[in-house]
Amino acid sequence: MLLQRFLIRLLTMLVTLFGVAVVVFVVIRVAPGDPIAMMLPPGATDADIARLRALYGLDKTILQQFFIWLSGVVRGDFGTSISLRQDVLGLVFNRLPATLELAIVALIMAVAIGGTTAILGARERGTAVEAGIDIASGTALSIPDFLWGLVLILLFGVLIPVFDISGRVSPQLDLPFVTQFYLFESLLRLRFDLTWDLLKHMLMPAVALALPLAAIIAQLLKQSLKEVLDLDYVVLARVKGFSETQVILREALKNAALPTLTLVGVQFTFLIGGTVIVERLFSYEGLGNMAIDAVINRDLPLIQGIVLVFALLFVLINLIVDMMYALLNPRLRHG
Amino acid sequence: MDDGRISRHGSGAKLWLAGGWLLLALLAAIFAPLVAPQDPLAQDLMLERLPPFWMSGAEPGYWLGTDSLGRDLLSRLIFGARIAFIVAFAAATAACLVGSTLGLVAGYFGGWADRIISRIVDVWMAFPPVLFAILLVAVLGTGLSSVIIAIAVIDWTRFCRVIRAETMGQSRMDYVENARIAGYGRIGIMLREVLPNVVPSIVALLSLEMGIAVIVEAILSFVNLSISTDDPTWGGIIAEGRLSIHQAWWVLVFPLITLILTVLSFSQFGEGLKARFDPVLR
Repeated sequence: MLLQRFLIRLLTMLVTLFGVAVVVFVVIRVAPGDPIAMMLPPGATDADIARLRALYGLDKTILQQFFIWLSGVVRGDFGTSISLRQDVLGLVFNRLPATLELAIVALIMAVAIGGTTAILGARERGTAVEAGIDIASGTALSIPDFLWGLVLILLFGVLIPVFDISGRVSPQLDLPFVTQFYLFESLLRLRFDLTWDLLKHMLMPAVALALPLAAIIAQLLKQSLKEVLDLDYVVLARVKGFSETQVILREALKNAALPTLTLVGVQFTFLIGGTVIVERLFSYEGLGNMAIDAVINRDLPLIQGIVLVFALLFVLINLIVDMMYALLNPRLRHG
Repeated sequence: MDDGRISRHGSGAKLWLAGGWLLLALLAAIFAPLVAPQDPLAQDLMLERLPPFWMSGAEPGYWLGTDSLGRDLLSRLIFGARIAFIVAFAAATAACLVGSTLGLVAGYFGGWADRIISRIVDVWMAFPPVLFAILLVAVLGTGLSSVIIAIAVIDWTRFCRVIRAETMGQSRMDYVENARIAGYGRIGIMLREVLPNVVPSIVALLSLEMGIAVIVEAILSFVNLSISTDDPTWGGIIAEGRLSIHQAWWVLVFPLITLILTVLSFSQFGEGLKARFDPVLR
């Protein structure tokens, strides 16, 4: 049952990825600008242009180009970046860890902020505290990450300059890292001075990404908690003499978390989508920032590679959440 | 009972506040040449980085100060509102028409229509929206119509998903079955019976989408991919403000406040309207 569900999901995932590949390929090929003409100095001859077009395979029909590209992608060859003249997969893997670290730190913050707020709101249900939480989460939810980023830049970059608002790490630092997972590696190497520097750079963009998601978690989890808190088994726990906070943490949370979990999965893909502009805003050297440069430079192979990697991340997250939901939900587990 | 009354009171006030701000901004946009105190494009290096009116060094007539080229900030915000509202109305309406139609068809007819439409939505949802928008504008070429098309192409799925789910719920209700027994055709039932019941959701989404369109336009002009760089846009002013943040904070603060108020107003206005229209909530 679970395996069957998994296989069906895997199949639809592949169909979705193929669809993304087709859409991005077609969209890019309709572009009026000539990427080859942009690479060459103004004095280049027609023969030079033709030779370079052949080199990048741009002289073939769109259908041929698509299947050449797709057969490469299946073998792990995403082509060569036109603007940076390097292997696309190498470039993407070089930047992806920075984006993943940012997104995961943001997710942890969103769960921590949203979860705490929800528990507080459920405990203080019906009071002014809950009303205040509703207003705050409603506002946090309506303002997108781009605007939160700007607000944070003003507050903590200019008004009270405590955090860095530009880059991933201080440029003067000597980095001993062998992987691109700087934050993770700094923790493993016990170089907490570097961890602190990385976090100081990451905190503002991560908060900007986390706030809307934290608001959604706060609203939904609070609602689920309030529903569960009226059920008999919770009332029984209360009669046994547990405090309200204990009742929520020990009894209610486990059963109220499931709908929130599903939603967090979908919302996490939105959060990753938001890294594109937030990285730009904070000059953070991640995949999204590189993507915008790739679009501006009309670097077709690089754009295709980045979009496909983002799409792969999105469908993978959805798959994982779906499987977790199936595992945790007793009705699906035994059905 | 009391709770319901309080929240309705609250939503009424929010509806008026949000509607008031939107009306003010819309009027400023329409009558921009009359209300703007200065020419939004006029540069004057003698007047560069003037602070807003309450600070020392401010010049009369330049209420919110000037940017690094000496252009009046308030006038640029007022003219920027024109682009913002054109994009908001056009892009949101286009996304709404495409998405609601497909959502209605998928939800009401089900079967193959639903499967195909849902699969397309899945593909669309696998794109990072901001990157998709930047890519589309780069492909279509910068300009107002490109921005509008890009937003509509990306965000129709928002309408499609919600309207599909609502239509499915409505289609299972007795009144639809009764209409069928009474001999109405399928398309007739869809348009005359189901559609009016999903209109409140469409209206709320439409208002929300207008706010999102304003943000996407700001993001596009922030990365310098929206319309021509001459015309003032909110995102363009924000991009300038981000650069001169340590010399002239007001160039970032005022457009940011304007954007936040506008986005909040669009979402609150939509929620308020939905509460008014929705027979269950009312």
